[in-house]
Amino acid sequence: MTTTQTTMKRRDFLKVSATAAGALALEFCLPVATARAAPQAGVTEVNAWIVIHPDDRVVIRIARSEMGQGTFTALAQLVAEELDCDWAKVSAEFASPNEHIRRNRIWGSMSTGGSMGVRTSQDYVRKAGASARAMLVGAAGRRWNVPAAECLADRGIVTHPPTGRKLRYGELAAEAAKIPPPQDIKLRDPKDWKIAGKPVHRLDIPDKVMGKPVFGVDVALPGMLHASIAQCPVFGGKLKNVEAKDALAMRGVKNVVKQGDFVAVIADSWWRADQALQKLDIEWDEAGHGGIGNAEIDAMLRQGLDVTGLPKARETGNVDAAFADVGQVAKVIEAEYASPYLHHATMEPMTCTAWFKGDGSLEVWTSTQDGEAALHEAAAASGLPPERIEVHKMMLGGGFGRRGFPQDFVGQGVKIAKAMPGVPVKLMWSREEDMRHGYYRPASLVRMKAGLDQQGRLVALRAKAACPSILKALIPRAMRDGIDFTAVLGLADMPYTVPHQRVEYAVRNGHVPVGFWRAPGQQNGFYRECFIDELAHAAGQDPLAYRLAMLAADDKDRLILEATARAAGWGTPPPPGQHRGLAVMSGFGSFAAAVAEVSVSATGQLKVHRVVVGVDSGHVVNPDTCRAQAESNVVYGLGPVLYQEINIRNGRVVEANFNNFRLPRIAEMPKVDTVLAPTGGFWGGHGEPAILPVAPAVCNAIFATTGKRVRSLPLSHHELRRPDSA
Amino acid sequence: MMNFNVNGKAYQVDVEPEMPLLWVLRDHLGLTGAKYGCGISACGSCTVLVDGAAVRACGVRAGELAGKKIVTIEGLGQDGLHRIQQAWIDHQVPQCGYCQTGLIMSVAALLAKHPKPTDADIDRDITNLCRCGTYPRVRAAIHALAGD
Repeated sequence: MTTTQTTMKRRDFLKVSATAAGALALEFCLPVATARAAPQAGVTEVNAWIVIHPDDRVVIRIARSEMGQGTFTALAQLVAEELDCDWAKVSAEFASPNEHIRRNRIWGSMSTGGSMGVRTSQDYVRKAGASARAMLVGAAGRRWNVPAAECLADRGIVTHPPTGRKLRYGELAAEAAKIPPPQDIKLRDPKDWKIAGKPVHRLDIPDKVMGKPVFGVDVALPGMLHASIAQCPVFGGKLKNVEAKDALAMRGVKNVVKQGDFVAVIADSWWRADQALQKLDIEWDEAGHGGIGNAEIDAMLRQGLDVTGLPKARETGNVDAAFADVGQVAKVIEAEYASPYLHHATMEPMTCTAWFKGDGSLEVWTSTQDGEAALHEAAAASGLPPERIEVHKMMLGGGFGRRGFPQDFVGQGVKIAKAMPGVPVKLMWSREEDMRHGYYRPASLVRMKAGLDQQGRLVALRAKAACPSILKALIPRAMRDGIDFTAVLGLADMPYTVPHQRVEYAVRNGHVPVGFWRAPGQQNGFYRECFIDELAHAAGQDPLAYRLAMLAADDKDRLILEATARAAGWGTPPPPGQHRGLAVMSGFGSFAAAVAEVSVSATGQLKVHRVVVGVDSGHVVNPDTCRAQAESNVVYGLGPVLYQEINIRNGRVVEANFNNFRLPRIAEMPKVDTVLAPTGGFWGGHGEPAILPVAPAVCNAIFATTGKRVRSLPLSHHELRRPDSA
Repeated sequence: MMNFNVNGKAYQVDVEPEMPLLWVLRDHLGLTGAKYGCGISACGSCTVLVDGAAVRACGVRAGELAGKKIVTIEGLGQDGLHRIQQAWIDHQVPQCGYCQTGLIMSVAALLAKHPKPTDADIDRDITNLCRCGTYPRVRAAIHALAGD
């Protein structure tokens, strides 16, 4: 396994060093937009994805964003696999959004979400590698005047076995680039992979452990100023009036920018900007939303559930007839489940640096999940044509969906810098602004009704969901007949073979912005899998056996559930004092299951000891980063179970920082055992699927421990202590 | 003018005594390895060493640092990679990486105090927040550094 130093050329010019005298010295060289126009001598772009240096170094361009999920490395592995280059000589860089639009979107999608980075670009990035390989082999054949078919490529060297001649990729790249790309490209069978499929070290880690300036907030430019922002605390409101006299008189303050729903202070350091921001006397127009709180939102969702004739996301068999027929349904079980709004809480707050340059162009540096969307946002906010704008994609200090849709922070950064033409301005949100201006995971309420037959089998299931629609809010054209698929994930596509099913959805969008929060729709996994657990209990059956009886023999949900349960030792005694719960749920192209082992103390203290997570993603490009994603999904899934919630009072968010929106610490982290069980034949994601079964597995284990059924989260609202242990 | 000793170098910077160390480092000395995460000493992303102790740079003011030796991630490895950074690579700890510089500095202080920390020592001293959930690898890397 190799460790390769990432070449982050785009950021190399952002070098700042301080002299002993305290003056700021900036080592500044021209940024990338021009660097690309005048490439280094002898460096060849074989195709849009692959640049080869004379000394055989290979630079692979990555169009998707890196937010911790490992795409930066996994996509490079796929290209390198087909290119047959030497992995030790591979580095990666982000493709330029500006070049992307000028070259007719040559890098496909730059959008990074839905666990799609690898699975929806694997085909074309592998073809780019294979195509370049064929061109390099073709160039060698021409050089030697032999048929290309007689030449072999391996680890960056083309060989002609009959004569023993060899040429390095670095020697062939310039000629290869002139050869027309092949029409028919055959991709390697994953069973023959040498670089892909292996746990190679991530390309981005060396820079990250050294503390190099790779993130959006690390950008430093000559004469750069800093901005701190205050947005209308009541969603939908606007800026009415600002008294800025005191703030403007403070040390280092350069400007106060007032825009529709925000005001920002620009100063020579972020702290000074933020101190001055707090001295502003701001009057907001609350747009009539100042009276909305949790109770109003809950009433809105509840009203949705009481409506008849809602759009149907699933209709199988005849649900009404089944419930009306005592011959079919012997027992009816009903339950209502709920979960609150949740915040992404990326460790790096929203940030954007913008610089209106003297030549009429604009440069933007930002941590974005979609470089192309950031470019268009910058165009809209600046009024400049996209061709005049470059977006420098930085590493993301977490994304989880917050930095994809929308690019609000980019628009703000550009509008703020516009007030200081010729001067780069870096906007960074305070944690409090970040917490209170999210695009939250929708609060939701689901009513479930199940009909069991004489043997306890589930024959009829009705689910009614009421929640804000992410699609209606952000991408209305993606709504289908009143259904937002993210709102009914796991319900409309439930794998259990239940003859009569109906799923209905009530769109109820309040004034709180909603967005794609890691694994959108995952709350339905909590509802469905806990409710199924209730049914197993009512039927007096083992939760695993009850589920397996409803899953076809070749169902991939079944296979991953069995593999995970086996790895966890389901059916064997758990460690003393602990109980197990399990769940299965699929999404984002993959199949996932989890078994949690928990204990609850006499005082009601929950401890999650171990979570066994299984994922079937078809193929696995980097098993180590896939395991890391499973670990990540466990902790991201655990916070909302334990204590995370976003409350609304007076139209605004109550929580402000990590003191009241808690994240689990290392002491709360369970042991995670990951089962990668790829069954081949398809490409599933890894960034999100493993989170789907986490909450229900933990809550089902709590039931096994305490006999208490948790139907709403977080647990901080529940008393877990058993009455008999008082 | 205020004097600072950072990574063995003397700096003179014109800042207010109330300015938190984090912003002296990031905006005035160009040392961006320490990150802003919360500003209330909750997350630990800004952790640096002050006279060998792990300190949250957002919670200590410039005026409190006279005569104190500050070490940031940029100065941790005198000649290239520090052994903790190497362990972080070996165990492939970081995901997004934003909190990792602070975590590494916290671990440096922990290991200086407890060369062979127990899990309880780790739970008590490593209170940094990581949203990506690198905790299992952080723990494994610490144990490997301790020769466990």
